[in-house]
Amino acid sequence: MLYRILPKDEWERLVENMLQAGEVIGPKKINTNKDGKPVHQYLPVESFGEIDLEYETTEYSAKTYFLPFKETLSEYRFDEGDWHQEIKYRLQPRAIVGLHACDINALLKLDKVFVHGLFPSPYYVSRRENTFIVGVDHDPCENGFCRSLGTDTVTHGFDLFLTDLGDRYFVAVGSDTAFTALQQVECRDIVEEDTQDYLEVRKRIADGFQTKIDANNLSNLLDIEFESDVWTRWGDKCLSCGSCAMVCPTCYCYGVTEHQSLDGTSATRVKQLHSCNFIDFARVAGGHNFRPGRATRLKYRYYHQHRGFAEAFEQPKCVGCNRCGNVCLAGINPPAVIKDLQEEDAR
Amino acid sequence: MTGLFHPYDVTKEADVKEPLDFLRRDRLQHVDRTFKAEITNVTKLTEMEKLFHIRLVRQSERERFTFLPGQFVMVEVPGYGEIPISISGSATQRGMLELCIRRAGLVTGVLHRTQPRSLVGIRGPFGTHFPLERMKGNNVLLIAGGLGLAPLRSAIFSVTENRADYERVHILYGTSSPNNLLFDYQYEQWRRVDGVELSIIVDRGDESWQGPVGRITDLLPGVGDVSLDTYAVVCGPPVMFKFVCNWLSEQGMPMQRMFVSLERRMHCGMGKCCRCNVGSTYTCISGPVFDYWTVMNLKEAI
Repeated sequence: MLYRILPKDEWERLVENMLQAGEVIGPKKINTNKDGKPVHQYLPVESFGEIDLEYETTEYSAKTYFLPFKETLSEYRFDEGDWHQEIKYRLQPRAIVGLHACDINALLKLDKVFVHGLFPSPYYVSRRENTFIVGVDHDPCENGFCRSLGTDTVTHGFDLFLTDLGDRYFVAVGSDTAFTALQQVECRDIVEEDTQDYLEVRKRIADGFQTKIDANNLSNLLDIEFESDVWTRWGDKCLSCGSCAMVCPTCYCYGVTEHQSLDGTSATRVKQLHSCNFIDFARVAGGHNFRPGRATRLKYRYYHQHRGFAEAFEQPKCVGCNRCGNVCLAGINPPAVIKDLQEEDAR
Repeated sequence: MTGLFHPYDVTKEADVKEPLDFLRRDRLQHVDRTFKAEITNVTKLTEMEKLFHIRLVRQSERERFTFLPGQFVMVEVPGYGEIPISISGSATQRGMLELCIRRAGLVTGVLHRTQPRSLVGIRGPFGTHFPLERMKGNNVLLIAGGLGLAPLRSAIFSVTENRADYERVHILYGTSSPNNLLFDYQYEQWRRVDGVELSIIVDRGDESWQGPVGRITDLLPGVGDVSLDTYAVVCGPPVMFKFVCNWLSEQGMPMQRMFVSLERRMHCGMGKCCRCNVGSTYTCISGPVFDYWTVMNLKEAI
């Protein structure tokens, strides 16, 4: 990895350059919650001032820019009993500024499925390749447990990664595009003092985590406690609203539906993100539902996060951002569910 | 400052991201491109099931399209939807598909109303297949319950067409009533193949029914010793293959020699949409054909 030092005013110039080259998405303060804390969202920005890199977390993850909630997969034109299929991919380049390490790790996990899986998805690859990613280090979130899952640091999957050293940024350069972009602003090579400062900041961050989970042997525990009452207890609270999957940076399951135009001359095949907590997730034609109960669906979500994905890719799907816990109307959050499960095991 | 970002056209440079396979086919392109296919013939099997004969329209695609028994395709009726259907026909027919489809939902309902010459979309084939190569030189049990005969018929074709490669062959088929027997016009043909035993049983008989009445498990004692050199392929509802496989297991057949085919909801066929997950396993890419040991170890499978 190549490292550089970027003065803060040069960072502003770099963003201005990006704004001229294409669309820029960044963390934007959109509201204040009931406790008076700011609410941020990754949204398109028009000027440098709109980007707030001091944000704690966002309500939604940035996955919507790679796996949109709704995406047209193909279009059909009907013509005298025949039809023609048309497929378009999104090719416009854009930049996402200010992603945290957990969100970049989430993209790396999605890459495993959509880029390196058995059938790579051109829809995803096109968006991923055309997105310039600038990550940023931050002090731990109140409820985040990314450190327990090893996703609080990241070594690839980004173009630039910034660590705030007070008056300047310590920058990891992850791609040729980023290297070229840095040549158009003024930055310098790192010296011993920069490394010292960087390591100090990293230590402060690593020591600051409040929320932890014990992820050791979690895969086996989920198998052993498959019939546990814990699932009924938490499942009874679940509203099956699917909010957790919508805000999750790694939840990717979806449904495909087809829609005809009113005049009957065309149709679209639309992919829409789904949630395994929805009642129709595993319902098949004829009416049989493989997961009719809320508890089995909630259990399946945890099972996929920490057991199924781990079996396929040797790592959990969860990155520990706790967005699902923050958004859940019923107060279901991973640290509590996992702790409950572990205590059940100890009893 | 324009020129900072260089657009990446996924349709032109896809091979840079992913290596081509050894036939120099690019996997990234055309995963959602469907083969246009014509329904050439529709055969009514029962009140609920029809057999659709389908031929890929383009010559080049027809030549490339091959499958192995047990695999499935995604059938799309543009404007209505896409469904996973296992292939019922013989694997020796290139670019020709026979799909046995029960009228159960939106897309199957539309298909049942279509006329020959209608154009549908086909993606695939997807998934794992019955290990017919590995079964060579062994006794073979082909067991189907109800609609399970649809995927099994493809395996029956393979075994009967290559009869010399296998030892004793038993085909067992159970269904609810004589009205629901699928492919009844083919039983005579299968029976006449040298050394193939076909036994059929129904849950409830009627006045005209001459054969045995009962469960599929009632036919199992008639197949002889299964503990040595025997493979079983079992297709049917989970409750049926559970009883059949447990019986075979008690008779000493290793679970890794029994193969079952699972059915789940699917929206992609490519290990992406997660709808077909059983516990943590994708039915579409790790299945639909699993050995029974694997199924036993899948949560929620049975």
